[in-house]
Amino acid sequence: MGSGTSAQHHFAFQNAEKAFKAAALIQRWYRRYMARLETRRRCTWGIFQSIEYSGQQDQVKLHDFFSYLMDHFVPSSHIERDLLNRMFTEDRFLPDSEMENGSDYESIEVPDCYTGPRLSFPLLPDHATALVEAFRLKQQLHARYVLNLLYETKKHLVQLPNINRVSTCYSEEITVCGDLHGQLDDLIFIFYKNGLPSPERAYVFNGDFVDRGKDSIEILMILFTFMLVYPKEFHLNRGNHEDHMVNLRYGFTKEVMHKYKTHGKKILRRLQDVFCWLPLATLVDEKVLILHGGVSDRTDLELLDKLDRSKIVSTLRCKTRKESGKQAEMKRKTDETNSAERPTPWFLPQSRSLPASPLRLSSDKAHKAHKTGRSSSIPCTGRLERKELSRQVQARRSVDLELERCQEQAGFPGIREKEEPSPHTSETSHEAGEMRQPTWEEWKQVMDILWSDPMAQDGCKANTVRGGGCYFGPDVTERLLQKYHLQLLIRSHECKPEGYEFCHNRKVLTVFSASNYYEVGSNRGAYVKLGPALSPHIVQYQANKATHTLTMRQRISRVEGSALRALREKLFAHSSDLLGEFKKLDADETGLISLDDWAEAVEAALHLGLPWRMLRSQLVNSSTAPMLEYKSWLEDLAKEQLSRENIQSSLLETLYRNRSNLETIFRIIDSDHSGFISLDEFRQTWKLFSYHMNMDVPDDCICDLARSIDFNKDGRIDINEFLEAFRLVEQSCSEGDGSGCPQAEDTPDGGGSPGTC
Amino acid sequence: EAAAAELHKKIREAFEVFDHESNNTVDVREIGTIIRSLGCCPSEGELHDLIAEVEEEEPTGYIRFEKFLPVMTEVLQEKRYRPIPEDVLLRAFEVLDPAKHGFLTKDELIKYMTEEGEPFSQEEMEEMLSAAIDPESNSIHYKDYITMMVVDEN
Repeated sequence: MGSGTSAQHHFAFQNAEKAFKAAALIQRWYRRYMARLETRRRCTWGIFQSIEYSGQQDQVKLHDFFSYLMDHFVPSSHIERDLLNRMFTEDRFLPDSEMENGSDYESIEVPDCYTGPRLSFPLLPDHATALVEAFRLKQQLHARYVLNLLYETKKHLVQLPNINRVSTCYSEEITVCGDLHGQLDDLIFIFYKNGLPSPERAYVFNGDFVDRGKDSIEILMILFTFMLVYPKEFHLNRGNHEDHMVNLRYGFTKEVMHKYKTHGKKILRRLQDVFCWLPLATLVDEKVLILHGGVSDRTDLELLDKLDRSKIVSTLRCKTRKESGKQAEMKRKTDETNSAERPTPWFLPQSRSLPASPLRLSSDKAHKAHKTGRSSSIPCTGRLERKELSRQVQARRSVDLELERCQEQAGFPGIREKEEPSPHTSETSHEAGEMRQPTWEEWKQVMDILWSDPMAQDGCKANTVRGGGCYFGPDVTERLLQKYHLQLLIRSHECKPEGYEFCHNRKVLTVFSASNYYEVGSNRGAYVKLGPALSPHIVQYQANKATHTLTMRQRISRVEGSALRALREKLFAHSSDLLGEFKKLDADETGLISLDDWAEAVEAALHLGLPWRMLRSQLVNSSTAPMLEYKSWLEDLAKEQLSRENIQSSLLETLYRNRSNLETIFRIIDSDHSGFISLDEFRQTWKLFSYHMNMDVPDDCICDLARSIDFNKDGRIDINEFLEAFRLVEQSCSEGDGSGCPQAEDTPDGGGSPGTC
Repeated sequence: EAAAAELHKKIREAFEVFDHESNNTVDVREIGTIIRSLGCCPSEGELHDLIAEVEEEEPTGYIRFEKFLPVMTEVLQEKRYRPIPEDVLLRAFEVLDPAKHGFLTKDELIKYMTEEGEPFSQEEMEEMLSAAIDPESNSIHYKDYITMMVVDEN
């Protein structure tokens, strides 16, 4: 080889080497970029989950609040008393026999101009298909048909056992779908991709059909219709959101009242009946158990099979619903026992120490005890002095204890275990007809089924995040599967990025069918098909065209943006706590803290368990780095959130922090679902709540706030307007297209003069 | 001292993001992601060496935090595996584009990324193409691409 070629070779070699190195460099850089993206994705997911679950703890706080009202609070004015009575009476349940029957839909006229879908019974497959199509075209089903369908649905559900047993020898395939949460697009997509239900194509929908999304009622209509058309092949399990208490908070109640202004209340009432009759679980070939939440170490399928599931109207309260017969009976009682006319709060989980049934007062001993204690007369309307009630409650308790002691002395076993609310209603239940309580054990069994989540560690512990059910470990799963000779547990209840997730050695499968649940691009949805030998086959999807055109990078950015917005709002909602924590770390009062201290302080204030140091660059813009001027940081946060600067920032902060409780309280007060509450009611409720929560909000601020949001000065507050005006609108309003919620920049005409505190 | 303590916290945070079972272990396949999220930019080869340092004697598929922490602390203190500055990245692309067109064709990009250096997997290649390739010209205008990616980073 001549020197020319060797120089060429050398040159070529150098070039090749350079290209090799350049490529390696680009790859190295790219891989790091992708890793950072993946980390951002996981952090974003963590943000959404921690905010969602910490929101669920609000539920617990709210119940504490009402328990406090029930057990300890003494109203100091007639206004407070009235408010309490309003909260505590079951005037939602009209003692109207037609209503109870549910056949009153016949009296509802459908106008000639109605062009929406129609249903006639008995339903045929064509009706179901036409209904899906009509909803796809955004039509609405007339209230008459809704009520008719609910009536027929209940009739059907009542015949079903608690645990549906399904066999694959009849249909060739079984498809199991998870949470839909009002996202109609996902349901339509599933039917499109997998095929409509038929005798050959069985479906199981595993609960949580409603809440959060905007088309919950349409989903229910479709599911119920198919269930009536294909009763042997189409199965529904109850989820924790098939529950009117939960619906008050998470949007379904609002949706129904919005879409059905005249008959919404009736529809909601009917739905309570339907929900409590939904089966609790489905068992396929005695091998695959499908239920919504999970199991616990106490789960007893035999007990679950036998109990009367309709007794559990809401898992948030261990109480049965009132039957009209019982109400009539109560009214028959004399004034002296008119405490019985005051039912225990319908929305409280029964505390175990407190006898649940007011009917207990009808027992002679308790009756006698009260007669002597009574001094003032009770108005005939049956309203009860709160003080009186407390005293009676005390009296009741002491009577029980007395009874127990007597029995013990006489050698009988204790009347009741501490755990059971009140088994003594058996005599009265026969009289009243249907006033039977679930036992505490029964209630817990159902609670566990609907609320539990799997965890990685062995064991079984209370699910404090959700406030109900438990966390169950692989050992609990294993024991259960062995005990009942099962091979797989399919559940839903938790959103997963891929729409599904195996755990516990692939013995537990979570399937979640609401894609883009937190935000467009946040997660896929999935359904699972059980094939030969019941092996699971997963199908994933994302029912939003927008996501397909975005790159992963763009999708992640978008979801991340949304998560960070939510997180900043949460930070704002804890401004006072944050300031407190910052000050602790700034003993010298320099107004500065280190960025590391910032992370510690934020976690101490918010308890979200998030990786704050990783998120810091997105949340803190520090020109004084490495230190942070925390006061101005907090001010910047506030500026972002406040649309009405004249409302005192700390008050607003409190409102933000308690937003979902506030809304729920509003809806409970607004018992006739009118969408309005009076100024007084708002003020009173707020006062009670803030007192209970030890919030330091001066009275006149509340008054001013209330007045300022009464935009047209008619003494009433429109709930939705109020919530929107302060940007207290849930994410669900963004309609899944990622657009922000409509901001109420302009106050409605007459915009109230803002109060100053 | 304080600086080390701060590093420890950073490392712990990043580790916990991937500790799905909350038992102080992560899947070895996620270690690369964790290390990169902490600001390092190792090559695949360097990554394998690091993994060998933090793995158990008998590899279990999991990395324990106790082993990871000291190694990672040292890496950060020594500022190893620094990220690549924008201009260096640009020059790398220019090396692959000697004719100075300002872009690489899709085929060229695929060839270099899957045959040279530490080759991409099919998945990695597809993912890069989806964001980098301008569908109309079927090529990557690398200067714009870099700018876009860098903005995203911040």
